[in-house]
Amino acid sequence: MTEIMISPATRPQRRRPFSRNKVFRKVLPWLVVIAIFLFWQMAVTAFKIEEFVLPGPAAIFKAGFQWYGPLLDNAWQTFMTTAIGFLFAILFGLIGGVAIGSSSLMYDGFYPALVGFNTIPKVAVVPILIIWFGIGSVPAIITAFMLSFFPILVNVATGIATVEPEMQDVLRALGASRWQMITKVGLPRSMPYFFASLKVAITVAFVGSIIAETVGSNKGIGNFMLVASSRFEVPLAFAGLLVTSIMGIIMYAIASVIERRMTGWAMRGSGGATFSP
Amino acid sequence: MKKFVDLDHVSLRYGEDGDGTLALEDMSMHVDSGEFVAVVGPSGCGKSTLMKVVTGLWPASAGAVIVNAREVDRPLIFTGMAFQNPTLLPWRTTLDNVMLPLEIVKPHSQKLKRERAMYETKARDLLALVGLKGFEDKFPWQLSGGMQQRASICRALIHEPSLLMLDEPFGALDMFTREELWLALQDIWLARRPTVIFVTHDLREAVFLADRVLVMSARPGRIIANKTVDLPRPRKLSMTYEPYAVGMVQELRDHINDAREAA
Repeated sequence: MTEIMISPATRPQRRRPFSRNKVFRKVLPWLVVIAIFLFWQMAVTAFKIEEFVLPGPAAIFKAGFQWYGPLLDNAWQTFMTTAIGFLFAILFGLIGGVAIGSSSLMYDGFYPALVGFNTIPKVAVVPILIIWFGIGSVPAIITAFMLSFFPILVNVATGIATVEPEMQDVLRALGASRWQMITKVGLPRSMPYFFASLKVAITVAFVGSIIAETVGSNKGIGNFMLVASSRFEVPLAFAGLLVTSIMGIIMYAIASVIERRMTGWAMRGSGGATFSP
Repeated sequence: MKKFVDLDHVSLRYGEDGDGTLALEDMSMHVDSGEFVAVVGPSGCGKSTLMKVVTGLWPASAGAVIVNAREVDRPLIFTGMAFQNPTLLPWRTTLDNVMLPLEIVKPHSQKLKRERAMYETKARDLLALVGLKGFEDKFPWQLSGGMQQRASICRALIHEPSLLMLDEPFGALDMFTREELWLALQDIWLARRPTVIFVTHDLREAVFLADRVLVMSARPGRIIANKTVDLPRPRKLSMTYEPYAVGMVQELRDHINDAREAA
């Protein structure tokens, strides 16, 4: 064998500068968050900003702990509606993406309508949903679904539609059926696109359910914040925002972990660059 | 010898309304069963189009394409194909990539579950034959370009196709790797004797590998020369530097120069 392979393990080791230290990298995001909170608190204290205008982190945490029961209760509600809407978005996004990505007829026929649908401001739809389904979880689930469905569909369709023509020829010359082309090549190939879209979709799903809860609901973080600010309990409203961010980060992290497990083959470049000198 | 592939006055025009590019015009050629034929020609002469017409991936606009005594009206399912780009699936190991055709082609696809061990041995043997022993469980991106191309050729061969279509399979490789693969391909061909249509830009490669070399004109493509290579098998690399082969390469080059000037 004349070829030589260079694997990361055989690369010469050099002393790493501090900025490439692994522990430092792990801790860095926390340091950034703490720095933001400290700066925020200092600014609020120094300029004597009123609590009902912009509360500092200390006031927010205090309000959050004081009302942690209702806060967690409403957060759970928002989490559930978001998760259900998001799961539907995954299901229909995958099915729609496969259908549109694997058939140019479906693409030409349905894509313009989907773009039109996606352009509709979802806030405007919420009152209609409330007329149809009443106050409750259903409008929030549907709004979360509507916002997160489109990015998933577009990405899966792109992954499937961009299979190399040579690869298609190889498969067609073997007598592969359309279904085999999708399952053997199209779907696995679109997985990196799919997971990239999940990260976008999960964050907008939270936006969707909170919008719906704000416009018309008697539960959830959106409603909680609305009630808190109507009572001028601004620190509590901010506590709601904070909890929402934390939920978003957790879901994003889960999506990232699954992504790395499932599609490590697509990330060898970036993975190598991050974890080795 | 029986004609395995027979093209009779075939034309192909891309586009549906008849004003697209005329890629092949009035092209006639044949390949005998078990014969190794190389197709050379100036760049853009429709060599790759020829591959698509023979395998039925594109229907001919005029003329008859007959393969294995049947008129081709849909994609053939007994061909193996390899291209300049190895097109291996990055999420499958080398072994799984090579075994992909077995999951699709009947009757292998039905037997694969029960006789997995037998098929796996077959794939491993084939990989060993092209010098990829020990790389079965590596992923394509862990292999060099030459190794990927070897795996791609194994994938084209695993289901024992009676027709092998190779479209510049060694075009992107360096000279040394290429020559190594010529020998590997010759060994495989001598062992199994599939019918091969081999498109290439490299005249030395054509002379070394093929029983017969066809020269295509500039677009629209036609066959303008048909040379039988009279060298004993198995051939050695040194033969390509002997007067007979050098003379033949020279003659082919003259034909291609004529074709380019005519265009």
